[in-house]
Amino acid sequence: MTRKPFKTSRPATRTGLLVATRKGAFILKDDGRRRSWTQSAPLYLGQVVHHVVQDPRDPRILLMSVRTGHLGPTLLRSSDRGRSWTESRQPPAFPKAAAGGKQHVLDHTFWLTPGHADERGVWYAGASPQGLFRSEDGGDSWQSVRGLNEHPEYSDWMGAVPNGTPDGPKLHSVLVDPRDRNHLYVAMSSGGVHESLDRGETWHPLVKGLEVVEQFDPSLLYMHDPHCLRYSPSNPDRLYQQNHCGIYRLDRPGTQWTRIGMAMPRSIGDIGFPMVVHPRDDRMAWVFPMDGSGVWPRTSPGGKPAAYVTRNAGRSWQRQAKGLPDKQAWWTVKRQAMTADEGTPLGLYLGTTSGEIWASRDEGANWRCIARHLPEIYALEPARF
Amino acid sequence: MATVHVTIPSPLQSYTGRRDVDAEGSTVDEVLRHLDCRHPGLRFRMVDEADQLRPHMRLFIGQQELHDLDTPLAPGATLHIIQALSGG
Repeated sequence: MTRKPFKTSRPATRTGLLVATRKGAFILKDDGRRRSWTQSAPLYLGQVVHHVVQDPRDPRILLMSVRTGHLGPTLLRSSDRGRSWTESRQPPAFPKAAAGGKQHVLDHTFWLTPGHADERGVWYAGASPQGLFRSEDGGDSWQSVRGLNEHPEYSDWMGAVPNGTPDGPKLHSVLVDPRDRNHLYVAMSSGGVHESLDRGETWHPLVKGLEVVEQFDPSLLYMHDPHCLRYSPSNPDRLYQQNHCGIYRLDRPGTQWTRIGMAMPRSIGDIGFPMVVHPRDDRMAWVFPMDGSGVWPRTSPGGKPAAYVTRNAGRSWQRQAKGLPDKQAWWTVKRQAMTADEGTPLGLYLGTTSGEIWASRDEGANWRCIARHLPEIYALEPARF
Repeated sequence: MATVHVTIPSPLQSYTGRRDVDAEGSTVDEVLRHLDCRHPGLRFRMVDEADQLRPHMRLFIGQQELHDLDTPLAPGATLHIIQALSGG
């Protein structure tokens, strides 16, 4: 007797990209092989979308941070992979200040990070101006992390709002240690890098070795401007940082950052916004340099965009520009707009201020444009569909 | 509690589902809080944590612009919520 082959119905996993733009959100899905991509209609067209993130603990859940030019900020939540959305019942907002205290006013939620794998429903949100919020119900309601937002040295860390970055001062790069739910890092522009070992109750700065703008005192935290902070999931003790003043690495439990950007070509420099670390190899990281000379055009140096990769934790860097425009490309990649999937080889993605998405299926060796004519791209995040 | 008529600008009609609604209250603040009870989230899109009207929101009774959320409203008044012309 012959037996019919057992028919499996294993669902194919499609790689997705969650695209946040100045004029709405978009979802791209691949063909299962990262060769061709389909693009959704705009979601919340006209809303300023700063971040869209999938919950790795329950991929049906997506959160989206929105505001408009006229309306205040809020958060949207989907429990069906982006098909429908509902507004958070209690979006992030600063609590009422004590009598005589300074009342902070949320401009927008800039950054979203799912909590620890063992804490289903926990999310963190980084805000502009600098603030940290936590949700314990999957993003439906949010509470102020008082240990940071009401820290007695808050004003000393953050400086004045008008001194912030052009799009407003912000808290970003919220990292949760995969080995310890209580161990958090955040970065603030401005305000520096800070660590908490008790789930946000107390914080201490981690800025030793980081440079600040020439002639200023690096002991002043509000002079510090980390642009993007990442760790490798394969080694959460290895931190990489793209800073306003260079590219750095920190191996914990050390506390002294090393400027690994000094190994970049002198003609390119080591200024930029994004930082991407290989999820399985803590020696590999990517940056996307920009022009930080003179008045800081913040465009690709010489109009020739390129990623740079290190395979030895920053001792040397190699240029990766094959497929990218070789001249007259004057765009910028913002700090949330470069990301990686989990494929083998690793897929890399970058979104430009001119509304293009470029993808590499081979860890940056070759690039091709997979979407264009989008609004200014603020953030890209990988997703699974 | 007095009833007033409120005209809702298009960016906020996703909350109310229509342009013209009625709400109860004897001040602007009470009316907005009543609207928020019926349409959760609406007030925070208009008013920040410091209880200040957000920069591009405008309120009118007739041709008169209101700047104070404590402004009293007469029963039957029509409160116009306007989004200021701005942006690009």
